[in-house]
Amino acid sequence: MDYPPVELILMRQLASYLATPIFLVDAGGTLVFYNEAAEGLLGRRFEDLPEMGRDEWLQAFQPHQLDGSPLSSDDNPLPAALADGREHHRTLAIIGLDGHERQISVTAFPLIGQARRLAGAVAVFWPSEDR
Amino acid sequence: MKVRLWGVRGSLGAAGQATVRYGGNTSCIEVRPAADHLIVLDAGSGLRPLGLAVTPEVRRIDVLLTHLHMDHIQGLGFFAPFFSGDAEVAIWGPPSITASLHQRLTRYLSPPLFPVELRDFAARPTLHDAPTHESVRLGSVEVSAALILHPGPTVGYRLTSPEGTLAYLPDHEPALGARKSLEPPPWLSGGGLAEGVDLLIHDAQYTAEEYAQRIGWGHSTLDLAVTFAQLTGARRLVTFHHDPGHDDAMLDAAAQRLPVPDGLTVEPGREGATFVV
Repeated sequence: MDYPPVELILMRQLASYLATPIFLVDAGGTLVFYNEAAEGLLGRRFEDLPEMGRDEWLQAFQPHQLDGSPLSSDDNPLPAALADGREHHRTLAIIGLDGHERQISVTAFPLIGQARRLAGAVAVFWPSEDR
Repeated sequence: MKVRLWGVRGSLGAAGQATVRYGGNTSCIEVRPAADHLIVLDAGSGLRPLGLAVTPEVRRIDVLLTHLHMDHIQGLGFFAPFFSGDAEVAIWGPPSITASLHQRLTRYLSPPLFPVELRDFAARPTLHDAPTHESVRLGSVEVSAALILHPGPTVGYRLTSPEGTLAYLPDHEPALGARKSLEPPPWLSGGGLAEGVDLLIHDAQYTAEEYAQRIGWGHSTLDLAVTFAQLTGARRLVTFHHDPGHDDAMLDAAAQRLPVPDGLTVEPGREGATFVV
């Protein structure tokens, strides 16, 4: 069995208590958790999803520019945070798994643990109209 | 591997008549994979009597520190082999992004806290980050480490020899933030270290009442230690890091009231106890 690093365990536990939508991926980009607050925006309960690698969840939620044009990985906060180990922020649109398009503001940051090991990355997001 | 407990107490030594059976020394365990090789788990005050028992046939000593709280390093300045220089010595400790292991250890091993500096140890110990990325082979033993839930950088260790496996998590609060009493694997801190081990030595410092007042201090209860052992499939649990306020009678009573699940042997760690893994 593969055990996640403790930084990811702590982040997942914290996220499960928060009312802010949070989306958590491991160092390889695999989706490991999103919390109840995120479920309304993403259109499905986390428990009902199969395991999703980076490419699979990108395909499932179809993040794109507000004008409908494609969003490159460099411009997508979560993949960008994983790739360069820095914080990223953008307002973008997604298609929830319930089929509804939503505009969200996303702030993503890497989880870098002791010995500077990348443990994963976190996206915190809000409906953009709330801001 | 032959295993002997030299210190089982947590936080602070607890010498006296009330603790004479379980012992008052802080965390220190001897692991002997071979006659000429000694692995030491933590350097609490139990390290001093262990050092006096080291024989000249020991040529290699590896000291594996889980973290640098005082009760786990206070024996370093009293370990006879450091001063004899007869054996090759290595010290392993948790990685940090802010300071090297040498810098952190010398906060203690230097004036005004201690009169002798690390550089004055005749053994000239080499210092290494604990193997949290890839396991290392120390003699016949494969050693791996992982960060676990406890304030500050803290690792647990898993030792695998051809004969068996041992996991050592003396300061560990896997219940911190868990929705249930403990999250099942894989979302269980330390789960990978303890999975299926023959001998698990695990924190059981508090009673349930004490834990309720000390959440976030980095420790577990006896019941949580048992649950952790069950979840990880450990075969034998030795509870460890006894609170300095828990005397022999209290540890006896706690052990007797504990329901022991099938397939698991549980006993409180006692200074002088030996095991073969």
